[in-house]
Amino acid sequence: MDILDYAFMQRALLAAVLVGVIAPAVGIYLVQRRQALMGDGIGHVAMTGVGLGFLLNTSPVWMATAVSVLGAVLMELIRWYGKTRGDIALAMLFYGGMAGGVMFINLAPGGSNANLTSYLFGSLSTVSESDVTAICVLAAFVVLVTLGLRRQLFAVSQDEEFARVTGLPVRALNLLTAVTAAVTVTVAMRVVGLLLVSALMVVPVAAAQQLTRSFAATFAVAVAIGVSVTIGGTVTSFYQDVPPGSTIVLLTIGAFIALTALASPLARRRARAAAAAQTAQDPTECAIPATRGPESTVGV
Amino acid sequence: MEDVVSESVVSLRGVRAELGSRPVLRGIDLTVRRGEVVALLGANGSGKSTAVRSVIGQVAVSAGEIEIFGVPRRRFRDWHRVGYVPQRTTAAGGVPATVTEIVASGRLSRARFGMLRKADHAAVRRALELVGMADRAKDSVNALSGGQHQRVLIARALACEPELLIMDEPMAGVDLASQEVLAATLRDQVAQGTSVLLVLHELGPLEPLIDRAVVLRDGCVLHDGPPPQAVGQHALPGHDHVHPHAAHDAEPLRTGLLS
Repeated sequence: MDILDYAFMQRALLAAVLVGVIAPAVGIYLVQRRQALMGDGIGHVAMTGVGLGFLLNTSPVWMATAVSVLGAVLMELIRWYGKTRGDIALAMLFYGGMAGGVMFINLAPGGSNANLTSYLFGSLSTVSESDVTAICVLAAFVVLVTLGLRRQLFAVSQDEEFARVTGLPVRALNLLTAVTAAVTVTVAMRVVGLLLVSALMVVPVAAAQQLTRSFAATFAVAVAIGVSVTIGGTVTSFYQDVPPGSTIVLLTIGAFIALTALASPLARRRARAAAAAQTAQDPTECAIPATRGPESTVGV
Repeated sequence: MEDVVSESVVSLRGVRAELGSRPVLRGIDLTVRRGEVVALLGANGSGKSTAVRSVIGQVAVSAGEIEIFGVPRRRFRDWHRVGYVPQRTTAAGGVPATVTEIVASGRLSRARFGMLRKADHAAVRRALELVGMADRAKDSVNALSGGQHQRVLIARALACEPELLIMDEPMAGVDLASQEVLAATLRDQVAQGTSVLLVLHELGPLEPLIDRAVVLRDGCVLHDGPPPQAVGQHALPGHDHVHPHAAHDAEPLRTGLLS
């Protein structure tokens, strides 16, 4: 394998694999709580961190981590307190983050929007030794949280109100999820870029769901898809000279389409089997329209 | 903790709560004693859901005192003694999950650091058997009917083997067959000494179990005593209040599945 002869490709592959693991591992909890686009929002906020990193002449990766963690915590606080105007506040945070990034990078000596491009769309081949260290440390944290606390995070993401009555520290767990998502965004920033991060958090989970029935299986399949597409995308970009970030994301969407096509006959068969079991069990039952979702259960 | 026969497991005294600027609870007194089954009745907007949600700490209280097992709610930590069934029509989230995965999350209040041991898995299985869902344990909740969703939510509450069950409209959107299963499950729990506080739109098949009914109207307690007797057609088994009728004696008004 001549691809592994190059040190920069070894670093690139390592970073890509780690992102392939952690992006879906965090994304699954975001999808479960129906906040699929949170990663996108954090990505916008992280731009301010990148800009600040250039301006203050510090590492853009660590500065982006700090700023996006702050942004994610702020989003979580807005979710608690700003019930009615929450969406407007989030929109301001997202676009403020993006505008701040552009502003800071242009204020930095010798800085221009060109510097931003590698962060917006990823720049896998320029991952340095120190980047790899940072990515490894952050990825270890994300894996520890998403696997070690999987039962707690599952409960909170599934039904926050119920989780509170099991005595779980719901707010702390929500904050931890937000921080973990922010860390994942900044790790994935070098691989797929801030604007495409969310795709790698959400699409593998959506693709896995086409096949799976349990949360555990969805988690495993989503991570498997994540790793396959990041390796596939990195290798393709090496041989075909195409940008790795967009290759990875397009491959992920391709996987989603392929699995959906594969799954629909499977789903039909399962539905028929379930319907047969249903009628055998309680023949009097009629379909009840699911008119009330968890969001609208604030009846008094 | 006092150990008298009439020991209260839930007690609300002069509880007030607002949603936004609208007062929803205007000084509620409510007590559930050990082993008692108390139904909270009232029309939509009477504050019955808010009352139970204030007990679990989901709704902030502006005045009054709430105690669970004799401990002020803010200092209450023994959540494994409480099983809660929130008002839901679905147990599903944004990602597929099996019936067992959902019910196991109800066991977390007894599991240390979220680690489920053999005994915990056994408790989850028992809870599924109690609601007659053991054969669907490995199925995705997305494949279940409305009544089965509710049975899963109740199994989740029972997984921690609670001494107190708090249920918010457990019969909403539940077919007749599942209603019977749920009534039988509840009967067994009550027979074992579990105390129950439940919000209901109507007494329905649970009527024989209920020791006391508290009727709310406009955030105030209107009636606290034996359950109001259903008369005429309303007393017929399987009668569902789907038709609008005049609010008489704070009889719950139900206009449809959306209510």
